[in-house]
Amino acid sequence: MKIAIREAYGQALLECGRENGDIVVLDADVSGSTKSAMFKKEFPERFFNVGIAEANMTAMAAGFASAGKIPFVNSFAAFVTTLGLLPARAFASYSKLPIKLMGAYGGLSDAFDGPSHHAIEDIAVMRALPGLKVYAVSDVAQTRWAVRHAVEDRSPMYIRLSRDYFPDHYAPGEVFEDGKAKLLRDGGDVAIIACGLMVEHALQAAELLGAEGISARVVDMFTIKPLDAGAVLECAAKTGAIVTAEEHTVIGGLGGAVCEALCEGGASVPVTRVGLADRHAECGPYAKLLHKYGLDKDAIVAAVKKTLAKKK
Amino acid sequence: MAISAGTSAGISAEDRRKLEKLCQKFRRKLIDVLHAKQTGHPGGSLSVCEILVSLYFHQANVDSGNPGDPNRDRIILSKGHAAPMLYLALAEKGFFPYGEIDTLRDFETRLQGHPSIKDTPGVELSTGPLGLGLSAGLGMALALRLDRSPARVYVVLGDGEINEGTVWEAAMAAAKFKADGLTAILDWNRVQLDGATDDVMPSGDLGAKFVAFGWNTIHCDGHDIGAICRACDEAAAAKGRPSIVLAHTVKGKGVSFMEGKSAWHGSPIKDADYEIARRELDEGVGA
Repeated sequence: MKIAIREAYGQALLECGRENGDIVVLDADVSGSTKSAMFKKEFPERFFNVGIAEANMTAMAAGFASAGKIPFVNSFAAFVTTLGLLPARAFASYSKLPIKLMGAYGGLSDAFDGPSHHAIEDIAVMRALPGLKVYAVSDVAQTRWAVRHAVEDRSPMYIRLSRDYFPDHYAPGEVFEDGKAKLLRDGGDVAIIACGLMVEHALQAAELLGAEGISARVVDMFTIKPLDAGAVLECAAKTGAIVTAEEHTVIGGLGGAVCEALCEGGASVPVTRVGLADRHAECGPYAKLLHKYGLDKDAIVAAVKKTLAKKK
Repeated sequence: MAISAGTSAGISAEDRRKLEKLCQKFRRKLIDVLHAKQTGHPGGSLSVCEILVSLYFHQANVDSGNPGDPNRDRIILSKGHAAPMLYLALAEKGFFPYGEIDTLRDFETRLQGHPSIKDTPGVELSTGPLGLGLSAGLGMALALRLDRSPARVYVVLGDGEINEGTVWEAAMAAAKFKADGLTAILDWNRVQLDGATDDVMPSGDLGAKFVAFGWNTIHCDGHDIGAICRACDEAAAAKGRPSIVLAHTVKGKGVSFMEGKSAWHGSPIKDADYEIARRELDEGVGA
């Protein structure tokens, strides 16, 4: 049965909790939404609902981590990465404590709650914190890997999840590697580097482009930090044109990270960043928001054509 | 204000005299170092002296020979700008050589401007951004309780610091989780960077506020080592709720012209002022 990303997260967290008694889970009164409540039901003594107090929650996680626990901090991505930012900076980044920051409802997935609840700058914010790893998952199998990775890797990290259903790209149990992107479709005219739900839109765009004789390569860059700079440069070398796609503003997120890698790698190729154009969205049905704000397959197809026009 | 008479064992007269001597030593060295470096925070370091000395040298189970002991007590200096006094205590405890104090705030020093868990042996939490230590201390106390450890967590707060909302988020949460392994100690010196706390942000009846939040509250003279130790014993005896020791202190304690003056929160010490301060501390005025 198909499950939403948040349910996949809740299940994975529970399974890891059964195997590892050091895992503790904190939530800020949204455990029914983040699905951390699944862990609470089985392990109430290792679950701490701090009320609507994200800064306190994140700082409490530092105490748990320093005493040998693996704390998972849960709330909406928009709040974990804002109200939780100061303790994340002091304790996860500066102090290198193994705090696991879980951003539920990434991107516009909390569609009807509107821009106050959309997380559209979380990747830029968290990526800027020294030493903090950043991931954005694209399907259920990858979500399960990410949770397991958070338990096994001592690094502090931020994982962007989603409220919604994402189509599957991987078989259950698919092996992922930290810092290694996944090549989902080969192609020689253009490369689309995407994360999260935009991976699905990138694949759909590649199909549409293929019908027009344009061969598009699609890369799932779930590992935003560490970024797979090698894969980015390979995209540039093999196609000579790059489009990035993310449910995020075009500033400082995946698109920014890819441009940094291209510049530093000396790749001189045209790039178009698909994302929110330095603006907030509004409330409404998820799919309609994605279309109106230029975050879907149609926007990617247009971006590819624009980029190919600039290709030498 | 009711000063606790104390009913518990506290500290022997002999030990108390030893720790008073230690405070005198620390104050002299603090003034020496802050004068030499022309940077650092004298006021809040001087006010917290007896609190840290009581914790490190009597109250808490902290051993530099076994720094990773899971059952060690944890001391968090949430008002991280008083780092120089913390470093003096940690050096005296043997976490690093006493002479290393002279590298305070130097380039590539282990003794950073504010406490760093990565750099300085014995530091339990990086602090500096105010208002986070009580939350982290609560997390530690709950983790220790999960492990059935007898260890206690002490969080030393500043009275300017409690302007931060996170302190009150943590206060609510500590009561909810019945964190009786957690003792907060407020260095209530009534002065913050810009002036008197009553002018900058009046804290009102802090005892009543913490009682209303579900805490056990104990007042004491924050420069009386015997009173601080008795208050901590009382806190440890309180079950089912966290405790806060409201330690009434004087900012800049021990140096007459610094006492109660916000100007000495973080000002460099000039040569002429240094001479006066040293003379007063050598003569034991105010100590």
